[in-house]
Amino acid sequence: MNAIPSPASTTPPWRPRIVAFFCNWCTYTAADLAGVSRLKYASNVRVIRLMCSGRVDPQFIVEALVKGADGVLIGGCHPGDCHYVEGNYKMLRRFRMLQRLLQSMGIEPERVRLEWISAAEGEKVKRVVNDLTEAVRKLGPLDLPQKAADWDKELAELEEKIQAGEAAPAAA
Amino acid sequence: MAKPKVAFYWCASCGGCEETVVDLAEDLLGVVEQVDIVLWPVAMDFKYQAIQAMADQSITATLLNGAIRSSEQEEMAHLLRRKSRFLIAYGSCAVSGGIPGLANEFALEQILKFNYEQAPTLVNESRTRPQLKFGEDGREVSLPALHEVVRSLDQVVEVDYYVPGCPPTPKITKAALGALLEGKLPPKGSVLAPDVALCEECPRKQSRPVDLSFSQFKRTHQLLANPELCFLAQGVVCLGPATREGCGSQCPAGNMPCTGCFGPTSRVRDQGLKILSALCADIAAKEESEINRVLEGIPDPIGTFHRYGLAKSLLRRKVDLPAARDAKAGL
Amino acid sequence: MIKLAINGKAITTEPGRTVLEVAREAGIDIPTLCSHESLPPYGSCRFCIVEVAQRGRTRMQTSCTLPVGEGMEVQTHSARVLKIRTILVELMLARCPESEVLREMAREVGVPHCRFERVRGEKSPCHHCKACALVAEMPLQTPDGLPSTFVSRSGCILCGMCVRLCDDVMKIGALGFEGRGMRRRVTTPFREPSEFCITCGACSSVCPTGAIELLRVRPQAPRPIPAEFELGLANRKPIYIPFPQAVPRVPVIDKEVCVNFMTGGCKICEDNCQAKAIDHGQQDRIQEVEVGTVIVATGFKTVDPRRMAYYGYGVYPGVYSALEVERLVNASGPTGGEVRLRDGRTPKSVGIIHCVGSRDKKTNRWCSRVCCMYSLKLAHLLLEHTGAEIYNFYIDMRTPGKGYEEFYDKLLEEGVQFIRGRVGEVTDWAMTPDEEGKLVIRVEDTLAGFVRRIPVDMVVLSTGLEPQADAQEVRRLLNMSCGSEGFFLERHPKLAPVNTFTDGVFLAGACQGPRDIPDTVAQAGAAAAEAMVLIDKGFTEQEPNTAYVLENECSGCKSCVPLCPYSAITFDEAKQKAAINEALCKGCGTCAASCPSGSIGQRLFEDQEVFSEIDGVLAD
Repeated sequence: MNAIPSPASTTPPWRPRIVAFFCNWCTYTAADLAGVSRLKYASNVRVIRLMCSGRVDPQFIVEALVKGADGVLIGGCHPGDCHYVEGNYKMLRRFRMLQRLLQSMGIEPERVRLEWISAAEGEKVKRVVNDLTEAVRKLGPLDLPQKAADWDKELAELEEKIQAGEAAPAAA
Repeated sequence: MAKPKVAFYWCASCGGCEETVVDLAEDLLGVVEQVDIVLWPVAMDFKYQAIQAMADQSITATLLNGAIRSSEQEEMAHLLRRKSRFLIAYGSCAVSGGIPGLANEFALEQILKFNYEQAPTLVNESRTRPQLKFGEDGREVSLPALHEVVRSLDQVVEVDYYVPGCPPTPKITKAALGALLEGKLPPKGSVLAPDVALCEECPRKQSRPVDLSFSQFKRTHQLLANPELCFLAQGVVCLGPATREGCGSQCPAGNMPCTGCFGPTSRVRDQGLKILSALCADIAAKEESEINRVLEGIPDPIGTFHRYGLAKSLLRRKVDLPAARDAKAGL
Repeated sequence: MIKLAINGKAITTEPGRTVLEVAREAGIDIPTLCSHESLPPYGSCRFCIVEVAQRGRTRMQTSCTLPVGEGMEVQTHSARVLKIRTILVELMLARCPESEVLREMAREVGVPHCRFERVRGEKSPCHHCKACALVAEMPLQTPDGLPSTFVSRSGCILCGMCVRLCDDVMKIGALGFEGRGMRRRVTTPFREPSEFCITCGACSSVCPTGAIELLRVRPQAPRPIPAEFELGLANRKPIYIPFPQAVPRVPVIDKEVCVNFMTGGCKICEDNCQAKAIDHGQQDRIQEVEVGTVIVATGFKTVDPRRMAYYGYGVYPGVYSALEVERLVNASGPTGGEVRLRDGRTPKSVGIIHCVGSRDKKTNRWCSRVCCMYSLKLAHLLLEHTGAEIYNFYIDMRTPGKGYEEFYDKLLEEGVQFIRGRVGEVTDWAMTPDEEGKLVIRVEDTLAGFVRRIPVDMVVLSTGLEPQADAQEVRRLLNMSCGSEGFFLERHPKLAPVNTFTDGVFLAGACQGPRDIPDTVAQAGAAAAEAMVLIDKGFTEQEPNTAYVLENECSGCKSCVPLCPYSAITFDEAKQKAAINEALCKGCGTCAASCPSGSIGQRLFEDQEVFSEIDGVLAD
């Protein structure tokens, strides 16, 4: 009997996935402007709008990476121009420490970027997104979910044994 | 009526949590009277087989302290989980990985190599390392394998309650045990400590100015700390604002800042990142080089922000470390 | 109250006033020469002499120094008075026959000619001290060789007005009397050119005979005060009305050059003001006004044509900016509407260069929108005023708007020449004889296909529009954004052209981008309407993305309090917890991100919402 040949497994090739946190007044507006101006740029960035870059909690950045982002982009107003006066400075101060922390945790600093983009700089949005996408592409996938799954394989062995009913946990 | 069965077990720990139980002092006797301790390796002699022979869920409560780092600890966690009605993660190590959790900054191989080959005080020219199995005279002995990753208890088995602290205080231990014995337990998964940050009960709270901004950070050895003034007001990093209260602010009382051992409140996902956010946002400098200079006052971000919680932090472990080693690598 | 009669008219007045004052007030004219509103009465010219009868006695008295007296009967035009006046005029005329003022007085008094000959110098020997040269430009010898002293074309009559004005009013005191009798003269100390004179010109302006030559007093031309509205093409005084259409149409005093601010003196303007509206003591006041809406209409500035060095502005006197030409063609401008070059010639050929500082990578990329139309207007007006050959050098002719294209057609019919090309250079270097003395415009005529040299008398630079120099400061003040060109940014280019991103702050006019008057008026109306809506409503709707403190969970660590730029977070001492004032909160969320125990949330941007968004965007 002829077996129906199974289709070759088609896992799509990896594309960088970058989560962006844009401040509403400057960077988000600039991204809007880039759209209105029909600028073409890489589609790897997924934008989350916040009112101010000061709202960006370091937990958001790390959670994005942990959930599978290969890079994170934070966009805010230029220093001195924050719609809320100084939110961007607070972001900057947190970011500098976070960069050091991420680096000691083995994450390449190029993956997480903070950029100041004003409302009129649609062109800069295009440039930064293309730039970061390329940089992340060169670094390759971060894929923290897979890494965590790999780490936990060492638990799976025992789990299987227990499930199989080999309930006698001999030492080693 | 039979007395409820209680077990204490220790995994990757320092023994401090056991001390706390002992520190219950006279209250301990009251506890001992009311319960039937079926397992307490530090104090009493029991065999695993006895535990295995018990019916499932026949132990009312197990207080398990220490992180999970070896295969033996993992197995015992599973065993005690099966045999206990309530499994309580006791102490920061069980709750969030604790100090042993900091090993997640390194590959296991790095640690073993240092300990058995590179340490300056070591004499081990043959580079002998412990092996999983060793046989001699026809008898074989074995050691538990070490995992690559240090884990909190709930990263291995399901946990009913958490008692934080490094170690937990006698006060919250007593409260936990009392609640257990009286059957007045909060919802499953609760942390048995108040859900408010330490500043609430800290006697130095009044002395923190409302307009504090940091122009530098100091470590505890770099100054003679004023025993009454808020540490943050003195430029010393204190994790009080990001840490649960309930310990009676013992460290500030001993003129040392809080290092975060009671863990985060329920409303945050990563204690270290939150205190990072708060401290950095309050820095006075605006100019990049000045900001970096101030931040140099914190030379070890991981050790400062994730001292007790690295294993439960969002990242858990340094991401470029291997998931497994060569099978022949030994332990 | 004093009762007196002047020319038979009964007058009642307060004591202490002079007869001259009272007479003038009653409409009775008494001629004077040495009287000035800002000076106390002097009585030196004697022209104001009147016949006064009081207590049965009659006397001749100068009315400027005569205080009113009870029961006086004053005659200002009696026979005796007129006779005296006639002699006075004749004597004055003898000294200064050319003086227009004196001649006018002579006509009024009815003196046909002066009976006295010019005074010669025999009786009063000339000392050749040359002091006379200080006060009047006059030859030191008469035509027949005799030395002359008080022979003057427009000589000094020693009324003392200049001295008194300089001393008492201006408080400088550069001039004074010297000598006695026939030798009395007005001069500077030691007859040296004065160091103290501030060239205010008060002396020469008040001299009834024009005897003062300012350069003789101080050999230094007075520093001109260029009139800003006339773009420096004309000068103004320290007190001036900026331009005829100024609102309010009220003079303003320039503190930098007003004599009162320099010396504490003068105030002649104040003395003259009938409405007593001038107060030199006014101080700058900072006034705080609470408003709910702001309309920003801070305008534009023109591109400085000096930036385009190749057009020669500021180098060649024949190169003008368009605004300067606007003043030249204007009937109320410095030349009264006559188009004249700086050397007085009327131009026979004019080149108008479009797009100066616009559509240019080196200066501004944008089109300034109004220049083509105003260049056409200037072409038309210049043609009308001068009949000259007019050339317009353009890149594209941008004439949208009602009647604009038709206007362009009309100019074509009128014979204005249009050359399509961006002008490369304006030079005075002549290559052919008919370029001598002219400004040569070098341009590539793109329609004809070759480079041309066009000699003209006058070049007009149609300068573009750009943002004001302080646009960045203004926008920071109001928390607005600027576009990449530097003009203020509207909320949406199509759907919200008068709004900014901040509710309650609106834009109108060229500060938002180059536009002409009809568009500006329309936009201003729109902005006013939007502002009215807000004012009428009395409230504004905002997204409720405010932050809030979980009171039970807050530990009172105070980490959040210093973070808020709007001081919306305070520490409640009684409760020992943080509190957020929702009315002040603008919804940035910085405090929510910072709270180390997670006890601050931000509505619409809760942590959980953002975490869900993260999951969502990474779902594929």
